[in-house]
Amino acid sequence: MSPTNIFAPVSTPAESIVGLSIFVLATTAVVFVVVFGLLAYVVIKFRSRPLDGQREPPQVYGSTQVEMAWTVIPVLIVIALFLASSRVLASIQNAKPPAGALEVIVTGHQYWWEYRYPSLNIVTANELHVPVGVSTFITLLSADTDHSFWVPRLGGKTDLIPNHPNRTWIDPRETGLFLGQCAQYCGTQHAKMLLRVYVDTRQDFDRWVREQQRPAQNGTSAGQRIFESTACINCHTISGTAAAGKFGPDLTHLMTRETIAAGAAPNTREMLHLWISNPDAVKPGSKMPAMGLNDRDVDAITDYLETLR
Amino acid sequence: MSTSSLVLTQAQARPLTLRLHGWVTTVDHKRLGILYILYALVFLLAGGVEATIMRVQLIRPHNDFVSPQVFNRMFTMHGTTMIFFVAMPLVFGFANYLVPLMIGARDMAFPRLNAFSFWMTALGGLFLYFSFLGGDGLYGAGGAPDVGWFAYAPLTAKTFSVGHSTDFWTLSLFSSGIGSIGTAINLIATILCMRCPGMTLGKMPLFVWLNLVMAGLVIPTISPLSAAQLMLLVDRYLGGHFFDTQAGGSAVIWMHFFWIFGHPEVYVLVLPAFAFASEIIPVFSRKAIFGYPVMVVATVAIGFISMSVWAHHMFTVGMSAGANTFFVLSTMAIAVPTGIKIFNWLATMWGGKIRYATPMLFCVGFLFQFLIAGLTGVMLAAAPFDWQLANSYFVVAHFHYVIVGAILFCIFGAFYYWSPKVTGKMLDEMLGKLHFWLFFIGFHLTFDFMHIPGILGMPRRIYTYEPGRGWDVWNLIVSIGVIFQAAGVLVFVGNLIWSCFRGKRAGNDPWDAWTLEWSTSSPPPEYNYAVLPIARSRRPLWDLKHPEDPDWRYE
Repeated sequence: MSPTNIFAPVSTPAESIVGLSIFVLATTAVVFVVVFGLLAYVVIKFRSRPLDGQREPPQVYGSTQVEMAWTVIPVLIVIALFLASSRVLASIQNAKPPAGALEVIVTGHQYWWEYRYPSLNIVTANELHVPVGVSTFITLLSADTDHSFWVPRLGGKTDLIPNHPNRTWIDPRETGLFLGQCAQYCGTQHAKMLLRVYVDTRQDFDRWVREQQRPAQNGTSAGQRIFESTACINCHTISGTAAAGKFGPDLTHLMTRETIAAGAAPNTREMLHLWISNPDAVKPGSKMPAMGLNDRDVDAITDYLETLR
Repeated sequence: MSTSSLVLTQAQARPLTLRLHGWVTTVDHKRLGILYILYALVFLLAGGVEATIMRVQLIRPHNDFVSPQVFNRMFTMHGTTMIFFVAMPLVFGFANYLVPLMIGARDMAFPRLNAFSFWMTALGGLFLYFSFLGGDGLYGAGGAPDVGWFAYAPLTAKTFSVGHSTDFWTLSLFSSGIGSIGTAINLIATILCMRCPGMTLGKMPLFVWLNLVMAGLVIPTISPLSAAQLMLLVDRYLGGHFFDTQAGGSAVIWMHFFWIFGHPEVYVLVLPAFAFASEIIPVFSRKAIFGYPVMVVATVAIGFISMSVWAHHMFTVGMSAGANTFFVLSTMAIAVPTGIKIFNWLATMWGGKIRYATPMLFCVGFLFQFLIAGLTGVMLAAAPFDWQLANSYFVVAHFHYVIVGAILFCIFGAFYYWSPKVTGKMLDEMLGKLHFWLFFIGFHLTFDFMHIPGILGMPRRIYTYEPGRGWDVWNLIVSIGVIFQAAGVLVFVGNLIWSCFRGKRAGNDPWDAWTLEWSTSSPPPEYNYAVLPIARSRRPLWDLKHPEDPDWRYE
């Protein structure tokens, strides 16, 4: 079973799309069987046979009745498909957030996702957490090029376009991890701009929220000193410290995430070390620069990052 | 016959340089047609190599056959090449060669414009491929454009696309666009003004009608594309902000400009494919085309409706529900005239005595594949379904079904049908059937199975993918199909070359066909017809061959 199968929906938009899809598939299947049947019949039945001789077959130039028939029937099919599509289209696109809906702002960056929960005062990256059974309405923005938010089991895709805010929504009915990825070509590492949506129980979600709302400890470790005195802080934010960059993912609660580099690698000590010393080895063409630090400094920074819970 | 062979011997006696010079300076519609086609075949091989590189890379997850940068260049170049420098020149080449012959004219209306248009198109292709060497300009070694064939803003802005690769792409499309518009004007003028005595609009072969509508579509289609290229150049070099989102420009405007070109473009390519089918199917079924007037009306309807469907490429962009609904309706509406065409071709075959020579095999393949392509198109037109399918491999499979399964199959059929006229030699039937079956099997292995990873959530334009998503086996099968397709194309090219020298002599009319081009010698003399023919019906050669039962009695 594919974790990204569009025919395994767990959320209303994806489910109503499956409903429509089945209607469209059934209709087109009937058309296919009829027309293919005709084609196969004609191809076999009317092939020239060696005994036919040289006489040409009777010439038929057309027939108004027949033409009318195969104009009117397709018109009726098109009307049916159109009405079914517009109904589902309106039900998804015109839905208003119900009371208690969660608001999330997603900003696409080359090649990672920024998630902000304005009502909860949370900023995080790449791993979206939402509660089960509740509608989450998502505002889609882009910091640079076009991207597209697509988690097939939760809903259809909607693009993130600079200067053109979009909206979409999900209301997952099952807990678990739902995968997807950027679906609009956005540059070199479009392929590894992966989406991970964690649908949590209410308790798990509330615990996660409390975790994310805590500021980081402002300590005095060697790693933090190096982090704050190098270009790291130009791009990354660690709240409660001098690091306040906006270009890269917020690292305040880095260790609560299971992956790094937008899902391209697991969040382990080895991968963190590799990612800091040679990002191209993990995700060639990503915007994370190789900082040219020596091994000892990378070790220290990795130690420090591992404290960010 | 004797005059033309005399001309031929004289030509061959001249030194090679003079003969090549003759090809470069020619304004003969037939030679320009051949140039278009040869040029397109070279690019077909280039585009095929690019596709093969992508399929090797995607054969398994996390493959590292090429870097992401190279992969992104490959899909950009593959798409741009196949549309602008393979499909367009092929259909223009056939139109150039055949339209004057079919309407009993001695050349196109504007022979020099014709030559100019070809060379502008040729310049465009050379520009595009020069980017492999000069793309990065002063920044270092070369690099072809990597912005995708629809080059969405703002990825093409200076900020995101440094160097000159995007400029080569822009100038290449601008240049070939001028060529396309020139050819379109030329075709329209030729068809409207140069028909032989007796050939009213209602007596033109369907081939000519379809190419007239195609040319009529090219002008409003290519113009916005060319305008957008100029605007992009202004953005990149003169501080314009049309598409520069960082300065308040609009990325969505580019999409509109591109797709108001991009969707009618599909019909610019498919109408000539219909044109080939509309000549080949009747001749090999031994029957007149069924419902000629309806076919003409359906063609013109497709021409108009195709101008109003472009934003179905943009269902995920966040247009209003009203706009989305409109484009659902217009897109589905185009299925009606297209369906009518399929039924008319089937009715033409009904009651016939169908000969399955290679041209007809390709046309039957076309009918089968175009049926499926149309039905997957209806699925994509249902906007909510498209929210799942857009930009996935399902879409890639769908439009390859149109462009390869329908258009390229018809073009291959056209090669087998008309190259006896062009070279005077028959293409080999055995090799032709081998070509058909290899390509047919390869096509279905690749593009049938390509729908599945799309349904399983695989987006297009990714240089690699994660294991464990259920995509691996489908991608492997898709890649294996490429081997058969490549083998088919090699057999085809081999057949072209071999038959050119060793093929059986064709004579004037090897297929016992009915349109005017088969009444002159193969190859036709430079002036096409010593005496201008007179047409009394849509099938002037039928009338000649069947004086007891001529078409003009019924039309």
